[in-house]
Amino acid sequence: MKLRRLIASWPVVHQLKNGDRLALGPAVKSQRSHTLKPRIHDADHVVQSICPYCAVGCGQLVYVRDGEVTHIEGDPASPISRGRLCPKGQASKSYVQSPLREYKVKYRRPYGTRWEELDLETAMDMIADRVIETRAATWQAETEGGNPANRTLAIGNLGGATLDNEENYLIKKLMTALGVVQVENQARI
Amino acid sequence: MPGLGTSFGRGGATTFQQDLQNSDCIVIMGSNMAENHPVGFQWVMEARERGAEVIHVDPRFTRTSAMATKWVGIRAGSDIAFLGGIANYLLQNDLYFEEYVKHYTNAPVIIREEFTDTEELDGLFSGWDPEQGTYDVRQWMYEGMEVHGSGGDPEAGFKATKGEQSGHGGHGGGLRYGEPPSEDPDLKHPRCVFQILKRHFQRYTPELVAETCGCSADDFVAVCEALVRNSGRERTSAFCYAVGWTQHTVGVQLIRACTIVQQLLGNIGRPGGGILALRGHASIQGSTDIPTLYNILPGYLSMPHTEAYGDFETFMKANRSPTGWWGHYDAYWVSLMKAYFGEHATDENDWLFKKLPRIDDDNSMYWTLEQMLAGNVKGYLIAGENPAVGNANGKANRLALAKLDWLVVRDLVEIESASFWYDSPEIESGELKTDQIGTEVFFMPASAHTEKDGSFTNTQRLLQWHWQATEPPQDCRSDLWFYFHLGRRIKQKLADSKDDRDDLITALRWEYPTHTQIREPSAEAVLAEISGWEVESGRFLPAYKELKPDGSTACGCWIYCGVYADGVNQAARKKPHWEQDYVAAEWAWAWPANRRLIYNRASADPDGKPWSERKQYVWWNGEKWTGLDVPDFEETKEPGYVPPDDAEAEAAIAGDHPFIMQADGRSWLYVPQGLEDGPLPTHYEPHESPFDNPLYGQRANPARQQHKNAGWDPYNPVDGEPGSELYPHVFTTYRLTEHHTAGGMTRSVPYLAELQPAMFCEVSPELAEEAGLEHGGWATIYTARSAIEARVLVTERMKPLVVQGRKTHQIGLPYHWGTRLLTQGDSANDLVHAALDPNVHIMETKAATCGIRPGRRPRGAALTEFVAELRDQAHSRREMSPRAESEESRKTAPS
Repeated sequence: MKLRRLIASWPVVHQLKNGDRLALGPAVKSQRSHTLKPRIHDADHVVQSICPYCAVGCGQLVYVRDGEVTHIEGDPASPISRGRLCPKGQASKSYVQSPLREYKVKYRRPYGTRWEELDLETAMDMIADRVIETRAATWQAETEGGNPANRTLAIGNLGGATLDNEENYLIKKLMTALGVVQVENQARI
Repeated sequence: MPGLGTSFGRGGATTFQQDLQNSDCIVIMGSNMAENHPVGFQWVMEARERGAEVIHVDPRFTRTSAMATKWVGIRAGSDIAFLGGIANYLLQNDLYFEEYVKHYTNAPVIIREEFTDTEELDGLFSGWDPEQGTYDVRQWMYEGMEVHGSGGDPEAGFKATKGEQSGHGGHGGGLRYGEPPSEDPDLKHPRCVFQILKRHFQRYTPELVAETCGCSADDFVAVCEALVRNSGRERTSAFCYAVGWTQHTVGVQLIRACTIVQQLLGNIGRPGGGILALRGHASIQGSTDIPTLYNILPGYLSMPHTEAYGDFETFMKANRSPTGWWGHYDAYWVSLMKAYFGEHATDENDWLFKKLPRIDDDNSMYWTLEQMLAGNVKGYLIAGENPAVGNANGKANRLALAKLDWLVVRDLVEIESASFWYDSPEIESGELKTDQIGTEVFFMPASAHTEKDGSFTNTQRLLQWHWQATEPPQDCRSDLWFYFHLGRRIKQKLADSKDDRDDLITALRWEYPTHTQIREPSAEAVLAEISGWEVESGRFLPAYKELKPDGSTACGCWIYCGVYADGVNQAARKKPHWEQDYVAAEWAWAWPANRRLIYNRASADPDGKPWSERKQYVWWNGEKWTGLDVPDFEETKEPGYVPPDDAEAEAAIAGDHPFIMQADGRSWLYVPQGLEDGPLPTHYEPHESPFDNPLYGQRANPARQQHKNAGWDPYNPVDGEPGSELYPHVFTTYRLTEHHTAGGMTRSVPYLAELQPAMFCEVSPELAEEAGLEHGGWATIYTARSAIEARVLVTERMKPLVVQGRKTHQIGLPYHWGTRLLTQGDSANDLVHAALDPNVHIMETKAATCGIRPGRRPRGAALTEFVAELRDQAHSRREMSPRAESEESRKTAPS
């Protein structure tokens, strides 16, 4: 019996018996490959996303299990990308889960020689204070010629091309209200 | 961008990627689309499968060239000569699309007598002020018409003439009347645009193109013939470009040159035609539409200016164009102020105009850099950018960061801009010492796209929503969270302030619903604010035409009005492409008004009939405009509509004028207003070039911005000046498929770092032989700014070119590397100077000069010494030269 089963499991037998003569189909499937499941099989949910790299705007499907991204692949529904992704888009799970990714606020004090830990709330409060203080100390109500200026030229904000529209909207809105005019992004670069 | 904006009215791609499949000929220039926009490139391949010709014109032979039906190698920085040559070929041989040109472009318009062309002034246009180094643009105007808009209306007392500040960020121009006052429909008048154009490009012959670009005249003519063969009623050709065109001291004019070719061929607004600007970042189009830029507010509205504009009424008068859709500038403006400040912005207080911050002519990135180096900037916030690697003249950028009092860096990984104080090349060289740097640094970990909701605007003006998949881990937060809570804290801390400067903070509408424990603000609520609503009823607005100047509507970005129509997130529509036609109008949402191919009125002839059955797209059916797309035209305006003399805004646009953002409804072959460096593109040599300008005494763009005496941005001697032989080669920087810009999003990814593990330079076998470079070995590449080392890739894909009878070598340099992350290397941007395009303040990374020698670069202090020694040697040789002053002295000659 054992021998017969062993012979029967030999791919060449399958090839002859099943008509899969080039051994590209069922002939070479083992018990293990029969039970294999794609890693998206056990996903809790999948969301439609957009690739974060270039501006082609490929559709992505992000699979999640237990609150972790388990797989990212092209979204076949997208009329632009039709399911395709380039090497960057395909690797974007590793971008999200990079071994170098930082999860904690890091603080370097003036003239400091190393990073220090800092609580997120404290950091936010300190940054708000820095903005307020710098702004107050450098406020320019008028130009030398007496025209209204309503601004500080001592604070700048750089970034935007990799951000969401909603984020850019809040940046420009907040900075305009603060009188920060040096708001720039990669479109210039 | 003003290149497209001034020509057509909107600074965005005129078409969408999928429509490339309808092209009969696609010219890719200034882009390596197959490698940098690989998935978009499938639509080029679709076209090729259907028989289209694909032409790649580029300094390097790349995978795009390999997939093209023809590749033409040219010298980096010579593209205007090539495109101007195409225009000349069309004009001299009467091969332009006559009916299209006569009706849809400003070819018939007559220009003022004062205007004098570069042909007569040896490379300058009239109006040049050698002392200011700027043009008086008024001399370029249409005859019988005043300059309008913030470009310098003398009545309004404007001084500001900077390109991006005029003409709505370079988006469409204001003119006094709908129809230009003087025109010659036969295109014969010697001062009509058509004749001016013809004379302007008359010397751009195939031979001149060959001599300047280093290609053969036959190859050049073959490109012209392919375009002619594939344009007209029955056929259309498209152009694709990327930052290979933008990043030059003539970047805007380069794109303008392409718009001229496409106008002459009649390819704008038609299926398979157009100009596809290939943007490099997920939302770079979005970050100009809803700008994180100094000079504009959302929807390309002008920032108030310290010198120009004066009060609200003058500001409005200057910006509101009497004709075209900019005629509703007041409605767009007031609606934005209502979105920003709610009930605090009223008619009585001029919608808080008096309180708004004012800009100067230039507060752009590189101006800020200079201010940082001077110690005038104290605080800096960086979100998702890496200037230490990504900006031109990297060293200046890193030294500048060390001058700040405080710095916030938001990213997923610790990038070079966060770590400059302990591991930058300047620490190694001894120019910076950690314990002497006073900058306080906050590194704030950011969320990935999978950890937040939001929309990106892609390269074809399409807003696509991405849904959050997981919660951001630990301290990681979205930028939405960061800026919302920063603003909330500041508002709270200043709540009791009576200081005038805090008025706008107190008035700021800053209430957004939040969710989860971390209090993440709702991105959809922000999108709804961007889209706009009726103040009293709260009804979400369907389109920008409903915006009012009386404060009854609020809208955060008028060109995005309607993206939340009916209270539905239109950007999140995900109807699969197999359930709709190829235009896919129900996948996401495009600005403006979900139009996918803009200026599509031009896909029909003046009477409203498709130019041909093969190329039908939008047409007049006797009652209204209809077709495959949302018509980019008033739905029921008849093709024969002639506006009455007193008509305003859109009513002043005739039924056969498809460019509805332009005050005259026409596309502009000649730009009378809105550009700093000329109404027409002209071939200038790059700021650093081994050659003289073969056409004019004026070598480079006279209006380019330079930092000559600043010390931090030294330049190589050029065009045969003594010393230039130390920097004899042309280099161009570029991107690889596996890496993204300054590497912050890819050098942290193991697969990608493994696929492209090291900085390298591409050189031809001939150069390798001459310079003694070995494949796989090291080379040192140097300019007056710095020296870098790279592995040598010897390849026949790089070819020496013969330019002006001289053999020239080009060196290709990817620019992704820095001192950190999984793969490390020298930064190509350390070599790049920061001379800028005068319209948009963008640097010239795509064509400059350098030297190369075998071996690794010197380490430590020896590096700075090496660079300085060569620089001093070059500059001392130059000082002996009479040519050193040539450009300066001749600037004063013509007047």
